Amino acid sequence: MPFILADKVAPYAWFPEGASSFAPQVDYLFTGILWICILFFVPIVIAMVYFMWAYRERPGYRGSPEALHNTPLEITWTVIPTAIVVWIFWEGAVGYLDMARIPKGTVDVNVTAKKWVWSFKYENGGENSFEKIGTVDYPKLVLPVDQDIKLIMRSEDVLHSFFIPAFRAKRDVVPGRYNYMWFHTTKTGIYDLFCTEYCGDNHSNMNAKVEVVSEEEYKKALEKAVQEPEDPLERGKLLYKRLGCSTCHYAGDEGANGPGPSYNGSWGKSVPLESGESVQFDENYVRESILNPPAKKRKGYGAASPMNSYAGRIKDEQIDALITFMKSLENAPAKTGK
Amino acid sequence: MSVADRPIVSPASGEGAAYPEHHFLNHTSGFLSWALTLDHKRIGLMYLVGVMSSFALGGMFALMIRLHLWNFKDGWLSNQTYNQVFTLHGAIMVFLFIIPSIPAALGNFLLPIMLGTKDVAFPRLNLGSFYLWVTGLVLFLTALSITGLDTGWTFYTPYSIETQKGGAVLAATFGVFVLGFSSIFTGLNFIVTINTMRPPGMTWFRMPLFLWATYATSIIQVLATPVLGITVLLLSAERLLGIGIFDPKLNGDPVTFQHFFWFYSHPAVYIMILPAMGIISELMSVHCHKGIFGYRMIAYSSVAIALFGFLVWGHHMFTSGMADVTTIVFSALTFTVSIPSAIKVFNWLGTMYQGTVSLNTPMLYALAFIFLFTIGGLTGLPLGALALDMHMHDTYFVVAHFHYVMMGGTLVAFLGGLFHWWPKMTGKMFNDNVGMISAAIVFVGFNLTFLPQFVLGTRGMPRRYATYLEEFQDLHRLSTIGSLTLGIGLLVALLVLLHSLFYGRRAPTNPWGGATLEWVCSSPPPHDNFATAPTVGDPYDFNGIEYDAKQGGYVKKA
Repeated sequence: MPFILADKVAPYAWFPEGASSFAPQVDYLFTGILWICILFFVPIVIAMVYFMWAYRERPGYRGSPEALHNTPLEITWTVIPTAIVVWIFWEGAVGYLDMARIPKGTVDVNVTAKKWVWSFKYENGGENSFEKIGTVDYPKLVLPVDQDIKLIMRSEDVLHSFFIPAFRAKRDVVPGRYNYMWFHTTKTGIYDLFCTEYCGDNHSNMNAKVEVVSEEEYKKALEKAVQEPEDPLERGKLLYKRLGCSTCHYAGDEGANGPGPSYNGSWGKSVPLESGESVQFDENYVRESILNPPAKKRKGYGAASPMNSYAGRIKDEQIDALITFMKSLENAPAKTGK
Repeated sequence: MSVADRPIVSPASGEGAAYPEHHFLNHTSGFLSWALTLDHKRIGLMYLVGVMSSFALGGMFALMIRLHLWNFKDGWLSNQTYNQVFTLHGAIMVFLFIIPSIPAALGNFLLPIMLGTKDVAFPRLNLGSFYLWVTGLVLFLTALSITGLDTGWTFYTPYSIETQKGGAVLAATFGVFVLGFSSIFTGLNFIVTINTMRPPGMTWFRMPLFLWATYATSIIQVLATPVLGITVLLLSAERLLGIGIFDPKLNGDPVTFQHFFWFYSHPAVYIMILPAMGIISELMSVHCHKGIFGYRMIAYSSVAIALFGFLVWGHHMFTSGMADVTTIVFSALTFTVSIPSAIKVFNWLGTMYQGTVSLNTPMLYALAFIFLFTIGGLTGLPLGALALDMHMHDTYFVVAHFHYVMMGGTLVAFLGGLFHWWPKMTGKMFNDNVGMISAAIVFVGFNLTFLPQFVLGTRGMPRRYATYLEEFQDLHRLSTIGSLTLGIGLLVALLVLLHSLFYGRRAPTNPWGGATLEWVCSSPPPHDNFATAPTVGDPYDFNGIEYDAKQGGYVKKA
């Protein structure tokens, strides 16, 4: 199987290489079920094709109408599948209980999901950094290897779902409550993290990277774990990504091109609004737009997906930092092309 | 089996009768004779046109999705448009095509004829259902196209509450509400008809299996659809009155919405697949010219699926953070559904054993169904296993799994049934060779589209992604090529059917050699179906049904 399905981008057939303690269990169960499926499917198809051929309508041949019922056979093909699914259920449930029962003495990380960014807060209060891979700036969660990790997850807006394929672990992030998950890391490396519950326009961009490192490197990373910098411009740049602004607003030479307007070249100008009026792009406009986004929508953005208010989620000095950042983009070129 | 038990030919439609000059299609004419008809056959045909148009629309959106995903980023749609397109695809296919396809179109046409009656129990209610369906369709399509709804067909809260697209969600869900009533009335009508109007001699266990499947489906429609109505009302109440039910901002719980939604929508999956299983039971038996193997087991398994289908909705929510006990119980219940489904597959194979297998278009679709449905069913096993589902939930594995069941299953069975009963409905034979080619193209295209998606899913590709990682691109391209092939196959099938309307030869009364009552009626049937209620025996007794070259069809030799 693997050698048929493996291709030039993935040296494996089905699952990416496992990096948590759940992986062997899950992969074993999958392989077991796969073989069960093959053992059912192949004979079914062979029988179907053989019957098609052997009993085909042809001159001089007439089938027998006798075989309409065979109690022992019917009992057999009811009982055997039943026994098999009981086994599958059992293995699945036992594995699930492992995933659901969180052990003591875990390394805890607070996970916050919002449209369309993941943010992570470590036990010492430090927050995640970002790492540019290709053209995309991914939030990066650093974790120690060979440790039980517990995630305490909440959503600030809609449903999201936290999924790391290499860890075979997934859990929805539900607004209005905390959901928990845990896993035991077994291998250092960088792994993909996806949002797997549809959450709107840029759902498919709501990805992050998880880097599993040695204990020492983890400690170093924790020390460096980002506290917001003093310098307002640097702080603004960081907040632009951490607060999720970058997932809708293009700024400088990064961020998503929409659904919101770009910050580039806006500061100090008079910008047209949906209502037909214009407004000066200044401190007050920025502040109002962060705290009460629908109040003055830019022209052309009336139908865009609405932005949630940041009231209660952002401090005044953080708004100041973002303003500093936008000021610095006064003369930045608008994004051209797609 | 004694001679007296065999189907007795009704005087109005003698067996082997030539093409009738007078039948339901030319019984009356004019627009109003169709628009105000109480004839279940005409209502069935109107549904058929409606659901097939919906399918064409939904299919175009599917192709838009696949073409967009050709490149891993910078596809030809914006993210927002992509989200609207997959919402349109899902919502149209589920609510406007699959749910009404077999019960409302084929079921309406066949149910009374198979029962040897003139019509369903409540013909006016039947027409009412049709107009409710049309109203729902108009409301729903208007809402979808004007408001740019982008919630997915599941309307999950709180996203569906937050997205403020001109009340898009309210308008669309109101459409669903109306469509639901159409479904309920049709189900009710069928239940009463089957309970009260069976002809003399047709005991429960002498009913054609298509009727068993339709009966089981109708029970689900009547019992589950109201919950959808309640959900929609709660959603409206929350939105209009600000009562906190599902919205966490008002102290509601979004997971409650999922419970409500899937309490209907999971049984709805069986509204989609059960009638398809009924069709396959008919097709396998008729085209193997042999009684169905294990009749009672198939009949019981339909009912079992309908009952178990009510208890498994939680498997859509394994990762939502339900209590562990609930999750495990739902997993156990989920596996119960697999057994009756497996039994059916074995019985269909048993039907072929020692039969006389005719290979023709409907039979090829039926065989394709068995192949595809088996894959669809078996791939449900890893999804039901909890530990595995934690990995596969909401990935392309799920997408492939339910397309194998819904499309490889229901759509292929629908096409098989359509070809099977097409001569009966229209009085015209189609070109069987080109029909078989369409079945082959559909089969190849379908597998090419959805097999790669299983691999995408296990490798971790999430659903509903407008852009994706570059490493998934090759498999996505395979899938896109498959979808275009599939589209061509379906187009060929449509052309074969349309061609037959104009150039097809006249259909004999019994082109395939069936033993159920619809094959006693002329093709197309007369307005009243049967002059007097026929007495019936075993619907799968093929003794004495012989091919007659002069007629081009089968006749019963006593």
